[in-house]
Amino acid sequence: MLFIENIVLALSALQVNKMRAFLTMTGIVIGIASVIAIVCIGNSLTASITTTMESMGANTIIVSIRERGGNEFDGGPRMPGISAATPEESDLLTDEDLETFIARFSDRIETISLSHGVGSGKAQEGRLYANVSVTGVNAGYAKANNLELLAGRFIAAKDIKGVKKVAVVSDRLINNIFSAGTDPLGREVKIYSDRIETYTIVGVYKYEASAFAPSSASEKDTLTHFYIPISLAKQDAVMKNYQVFTVITKTGVDAALFTREIEEYFAKVYENNAKWEAGVMNMESAISNMTSMLGTVSIAVAVIAAISLLVGGIGVMNIMLVSVTERTREIGTRKALGARSSYIKAQFIVEAVIICVIGGVIGIVLGLLLGALGANLLGFPATASPAVIAISVSVTILIGIFFGYYPANKAAKLDPIEALRYE
Amino acid sequence: MREIMIDIRNLVKKVFIGSPNELQILKNITMTVYKGEFVSIVGASGSGKTTLMNVIGVLDRPTSGEYLLDGKPMQKKSDNELSDIRNKKIGFVFQTFNLIPRNSALKNVELPMLYAGLNRQQRLQKAKELLELVGMLERMYHLPNELSGGEKQRVAISRALANDPAIILADEPTGALDSATGRVVMDLFHKVHETRGTTVVLVTHNHELAEETERIITLKDGSIVDEKTNPNYRTFTMKRGEMNAFH
Ligand SMILES: Nc1ncnc2c1ncn2[C@@H]1O[C@H](COP(=O)(O)OP(=O)(O)OP(=O)(O)O)[C@@H](O)[C@H]1O
Ligand SMILES: [Mg+2]
Repeated sequence: MLFIENIVLALSALQVNKMRAFLTMTGIVIGIASVIAIVCIGNSLTASITTTMESMGANTIIVSIRERGGNEFDGGPRMPGISAATPEESDLLTDEDLETFIARFSDRIETISLSHGVGSGKAQEGRLYANVSVTGVNAGYAKANNLELLAGRFIAAKDIKGVKKVAVVSDRLINNIFSAGTDPLGREVKIYSDRIETYTIVGVYKYEASAFAPSSASEKDTLTHFYIPISLAKQDAVMKNYQVFTVITKTGVDAALFTREIEEYFAKVYENNAKWEAGVMNMESAISNMTSMLGTVSIAVAVIAAISLLVGGIGVMNIMLVSVTERTREIGTRKALGARSSYIKAQFIVEAVIICVIGGVIGIVLGLLLGALGANLLGFPATASPAVIAISVSVTILIGIFFGYYPANKAAKLDPIEALRYE
Repeated sequence: MREIMIDIRNLVKKVFIGSPNELQILKNITMTVYKGEFVSIVGASGSGKTTLMNVIGVLDRPTSGEYLLDGKPMQKKSDNELSDIRNKKIGFVFQTFNLIPRNSALKNVELPMLYAGLNRQQRLQKAKELLELVGMLERMYHLPNELSGGEKQRVAISRALANDPAIILADEPTGALDSATGRVVMDLFHKVHETRGTTVVLVTHNHELAEETERIITLKDGSIVDEKTNPNYRTFTMKRGEMNAFH
């Protein structure tokens, strides 16, 4: 009961000097907001990246042709398109290069995966439509990306060799443009982009929202991959050769060791290329790199936040000391009326805690907004962490208790006679 | 035989101002106040009246000497015990009112009951009764700075009565008020004294007001130099009685 009275009392005390209370909170607000924002962004990033990477699997090795002397971290691949320079056709890998490579390591390579984005378009069937991203792939793509085939077959070697106008489409697309119960296999579908192309559906895969293609749009408008033979996709491409491909190793192969061997192999291939080289990266090491990088960032932010909270806490302590001095007479009166020292102490600690908790709550709201904004800008779904919010609230309470204790103790120890004499 | 409420023997209060210098504020005070008595303490400024009141109200501990409050020795009581005694047995009224500025009149009156652990309902009911007693019920939601000096003091008196104390200690309660307002406040003390039988110790500079009490104790330089039973007290109460009957 006294506790609730204390909270009411503290709120009324803070109301008297709103501006001062608010300024006092800023350190806490900034500290908590930065922690929440970073944790929020970090969480979304980690969640997205690890799910994507894990879906690719540990037995996946990515080989990409990149400019020499880049400053990418730990040998990871550049995302295609980030590179400032554009390679010549001769800098890239030809079908023959790949075949030679596969032949060299046939004991360890299960398959390789190739893809080439053509662009987005609309599959239309009467008034019904589905948004698609047309992607040329090879037969190994399905395995590398864990595609689950629901009907028919995936793009096969013969489709690629024959440059067949066939397609493997998502179940979403089927649901969107065909009436229920229609057998899509063998049906033709028109894709409208800058021109109209007709493909024959040979397979249906199960659509799954992924981190890099979040399904923020409604089911009807979801953009799904529309797989066609890579040879068909490359027909109109500027670069016919390959910049990136993915190796799927056979089970039991030590991926890290194999990665190093592939590195050596391509180092020889690119020996005489002054400008370009092959970067080879294994998913497992990429995940651990990413995790450790996020860990470093988190520690840096935690340090900044801790400093900010420390400064904020000292600010709270300062203002509480001022408050104790201002209210010396009140404290004397309360003691004369029979308040025990412990009650006076509790009153001031609660007041400090309330300043901190209000600051903390403002910080949490601000942090969540910033985090959501940041995650959005990076293109990931924002994930708030209830645990971190709970921890933040506890931390602000602890800061209030810790930094409120000294002023509160000072108030509690005031000699009532002196306090009542105080002008 | 009247029962003794305040029993002070050979009480000394010193303050230390630097190590060799000590200032003796109260020198060997021996005094007795009976239950239900209305006593006034007079004396020049700096004679030690407030200091004595603080000792009586167990806000301050004497340097030496004995103090029995309602028959119980106060020397060995812990700070918390003294807090509880102030809370339940003693009601302070100050010259400068000392209301909590952010709290309404009602909240101010509730405060001692809050410390006593009464629940909301009990506090509210009692506080309203007490504010009614002093004629401040209509102003219960007002903040102290919305009240006049006399009104503040009336609220302070109802706060002092919150836990039905055995003693009211009033240190120059009319000192900051004009004589008409002082009269109203003084009448309140008489009313409380007569209707509740509360022991009242009043410090005042005003001899007319002192003349209204049963006994007048005079302090000078920390010693009691005069103590007289007021021969006019009976007639005064009779006069008040007549006045009340007349109105
Ligand atoms: N803490 C202290 N340190 C030094 N001197 C003190 C202290 N407390 C009281 N005194 C001195 O003790 C004397 C008595 O003080 P007290 O307040 O009891 O007087 P008083 O009779 O109430 O005066 P007034 O009528 O002005 O209120 C004064 O001379 C005062 O200066
Ligand atoms: Mg005084």
